[in-house]
Amino acid sequence: MKHIIVVGNGMVGYKFCEKLVAQEESKNFKITVFGEEPRPAYDRVHLSEFFENQDAKALEMAPSEWYAENNIDLITGERVSDINRTEKIITTARDREFSYDYLIMATGSVPFVPPIKGVEKEGVFVYRTIEDLEGMLAYAAKLKAEKPHARAAVLGGGLLGLEAGKAVMDMGLEPHIVEFAPKLMPRQLDSRSSQVLKLKLESIGLNIHLSKATNQILGDSAITGMEFGEDDMLDVDMLIISAGIRPRDELARSCGLDVGVRGGIIVDNTMKTSDDAIYAIGEIALYNQMIYGLVAPGYDMANIAVQQIIGNTEAVMPADIDMSTKLKLIGVDVASFGEPFMPASKGHSIIFENKTQYLYKRINVSHDGKKLLGGILVGDAADYSMLHQVYLNGMKIPEDPSQLILPASSGGAILGDVMDLPDEAQICSCESVTKGQICGVIESGEATDVAGVVSCTKAGTGCGGCKPMVADLTNATLKSLGIEVKDSVCEHFDLNRQDLYKIIQVKEYKTFNEVLDNHGNGGHGCELCKPLVASLMATIHADTANKEYAIQDSNDRFLANIQRNGTYSVVPRVPGGEITPDKLIALGQIAKKYDLYTKVTGGVRIDLFGATLNQLPLIWKELISHGFESGHAYGKSLRTVKTCVGSTWCRYGMDESVSFGIKLENRYRGIRAPHKIKGGVSGCIRECAEARGKDFGLIAVEGGWNLYVGGNGGANPRHAELFAEQIDNDTVIKYLDRYLMFYMRTAKPLQRTAAWQERLEGGLDYLKEVIIDDKLGIAEDLENEMQTLVNKFECEWTQAVNDPEMMKRFNHFVNSEEEDDNIVFVPMRDQKMPEPWV
Amino acid sequence: MEEILEKYEATKLEDVKVWFKAATINDFPKDGGACVKYKDKQVAVFNFSRLGTWYACQNLCPHKMEMVLSRGMIGDDKGIPKVACPLHKKTFSLENGKNLNGDLEAIATYPVKIEDGTVYIGFSE
Repeated sequence: MKHIIVVGNGMVGYKFCEKLVAQEESKNFKITVFGEEPRPAYDRVHLSEFFENQDAKALEMAPSEWYAENNIDLITGERVSDINRTEKIITTARDREFSYDYLIMATGSVPFVPPIKGVEKEGVFVYRTIEDLEGMLAYAAKLKAEKPHARAAVLGGGLLGLEAGKAVMDMGLEPHIVEFAPKLMPRQLDSRSSQVLKLKLESIGLNIHLSKATNQILGDSAITGMEFGEDDMLDVDMLIISAGIRPRDELARSCGLDVGVRGGIIVDNTMKTSDDAIYAIGEIALYNQMIYGLVAPGYDMANIAVQQIIGNTEAVMPADIDMSTKLKLIGVDVASFGEPFMPASKGHSIIFENKTQYLYKRINVSHDGKKLLGGILVGDAADYSMLHQVYLNGMKIPEDPSQLILPASSGGAILGDVMDLPDEAQICSCESVTKGQICGVIESGEATDVAGVVSCTKAGTGCGGCKPMVADLTNATLKSLGIEVKDSVCEHFDLNRQDLYKIIQVKEYKTFNEVLDNHGNGGHGCELCKPLVASLMATIHADTANKEYAIQDSNDRFLANIQRNGTYSVVPRVPGGEITPDKLIALGQIAKKYDLYTKVTGGVRIDLFGATLNQLPLIWKELISHGFESGHAYGKSLRTVKTCVGSTWCRYGMDESVSFGIKLENRYRGIRAPHKIKGGVSGCIRECAEARGKDFGLIAVEGGWNLYVGGNGGANPRHAELFAEQIDNDTVIKYLDRYLMFYMRTAKPLQRTAAWQERLEGGLDYLKEVIIDDKLGIAEDLENEMQTLVNKFECEWTQAVNDPEMMKRFNHFVNSEEEDDNIVFVPMRDQKMPEPWV
Repeated sequence: MEEILEKYEATKLEDVKVWFKAATINDFPKDGGACVKYKDKQVAVFNFSRLGTWYACQNLCPHKMEMVLSRGMIGDDKGIPKVACPLHKKTFSLENGKNLNGDLEAIATYPVKIEDGTVYIGFSE
């Protein structure tokens, strides 16, 4: 048995192990991996996610058990310090010796720290490992405790520097980016796109300083500022250096392997170094006189080294390596592919720029206009996957290539169908998965859905950028095989939400078990189908969540929103945001009595946090005695109808937005829907209630209301679309009754109105035909169903506190009056918060 | 935080030394759960009435170390009875405690017996 030693347990070193153990021949090899860091390999590409959840485990490429299960000896926290190439023996920092037959150098790189005076000062960090991040977090916490508006700068405006900028924002410090070059991301972007990106980043709060050469770092022991020129300084309390990488080749140099002038171990196209028994892969490998700092080529190198070692000698690295990338930087899409900066001698560029929307798209085409050579996308990279495929596969492009990047409404964006791609088109470049492989596992029956395709092929498990395309290919292939793409709710039903709706309505089922026993697959339900049936029961029979509480999602079961530490928040309804001083005082007194963290919500209500399960009914009894009722903030139901003050007070107001908002909120309160619903009513076109950002919005105009539908905030903000103009109050209610009921009948589970409306065949025009012209002849039914829900409304908290049996539900223990002793609060500003998760 | 996890050790029927009388069967919802206090432990007990079986496990979700599993929905994953944590819907087998949709540590499970309408949970200490 031959012994392979892998020096370095980063992403590429891990990938080498993964690719090797997947081979039949791996049984002939013993593998030992050395990692200098204390933990097994983790996903450095998504390192900034650590700032969001501080969950190092979530970033792991594989848990340490994986190595054991695959007979790999993983030795972490021990650096390899010497290589004796003649004897084929390595020595570690702990003076242990191991002999090898093959050595894989996967030592990666280190951040380059420029020789600036003062870089050794306290508060200066690099951005590479989880330990670096932990150091930053601790330092940032200390800073924030000392001063409220601490600032942190990132030195370097490249890809990693901007990632670090996001980290600074996540840490709650004022972010500054300092870049030597006159533009951001100089390697990927041209000047104009870089300018668009700069404007966008500035609009979300990043301060960007270009063309700045840092002379020295100021401060006594800790950093207090950066000096660029004589009178040019920036006060900062912390600095993160992200000025590029340097390959970690000191070990290679000391044992005499051939290295490049500017670092990196020289390899040929088999990944072999100047020593036949030693391979180098990833950011340490100098191939084509280049260091490739991207994960996809690193993974390819790992695969080539594996193939070479098992004797598959014809497998070699291609001469041209695709450096296309797509990423989301601080929520902004940035992508470049092929030749992003093409000289005019090679072709023509077509550029679309819209600074008002922070959009930039450039494609480079051959002089004859027949071939796509490369391009840059900033602000919207939705078309990246397709453009990248067109480029990679040399596919035909439209006669007018500008259609590839023009907005769809102006007749552009006519990219081909995914199925037009050739079989060899590489869809997932991280895992080198082709279209043929994806379609193949479906055609052979190995996979029947996206999750199956992912587990069979590993497509989409790297950077994840190809996921939408994998999904499109999966669905298109299933369709081509005549297999209906199932949208069944879960493994317990072969039915979708709409089917279940009809069945429950027609058969008049009243309990979950009746539905499951008569129409299920013989199982016992789950966390997907139970709350769905509960919601349908509520829509069809006007049941409150109290009726069958064990099938409700946790929030509905306890009529409150569960928070980080298992406590709950309480939101009473404040219709339209109108509240009397007495009720406001009552809220304050109750919050004070139970020591609840108090905050005004985005929906102009007041949220009281930190109530234990046992406290919930006590709090609600008091709220109800002051005239409050449930705000249904915990349900997939109507939240608020936000209003501006309207014509009763506002000198510009055209109509009584508050009065109408209250009327609508009280009409639709308590109804359960596929997802939450929000409304807004503005008294004039200044739109202070932000009504167009809601599921339904009204704006008062001369002669009535303009009704907008299908808007939302959230991850994909969308403006509601104009549905009807200048209509009176009664017509608004008529249309809204029909619209909401039609949505409740036909949407998918957890689909907001915007997504439902967008996917409705026939679009908004069809919706108008159904709702306004009653094309399907269902308008009267819809109105009646809604009226029944309105008539049967009952406050479920009032129900609960008046029923001793229901009150029992809110004890933390069934056998004790005690409360959960695991809950810990820590002070924050003048209130409290749950102890943060580790 | 990790030390609270150590309080919970899976207990097999043959290792039971104490049958703790927890509550009556009517204190638990059908096809749902509630939490029982035993010494300094919190144990989630589920009445899986569709199967006619009772299950008990630690109330602590190992994902974020919160005492919430008893408030989760139960059901089955391809026939394996499971509970879904109400915080992030991590699911665990009620039979052997294994995390069914991830790589979290298994949770501790405990034997349950019903006698004369009373629910007893088995502990080794």
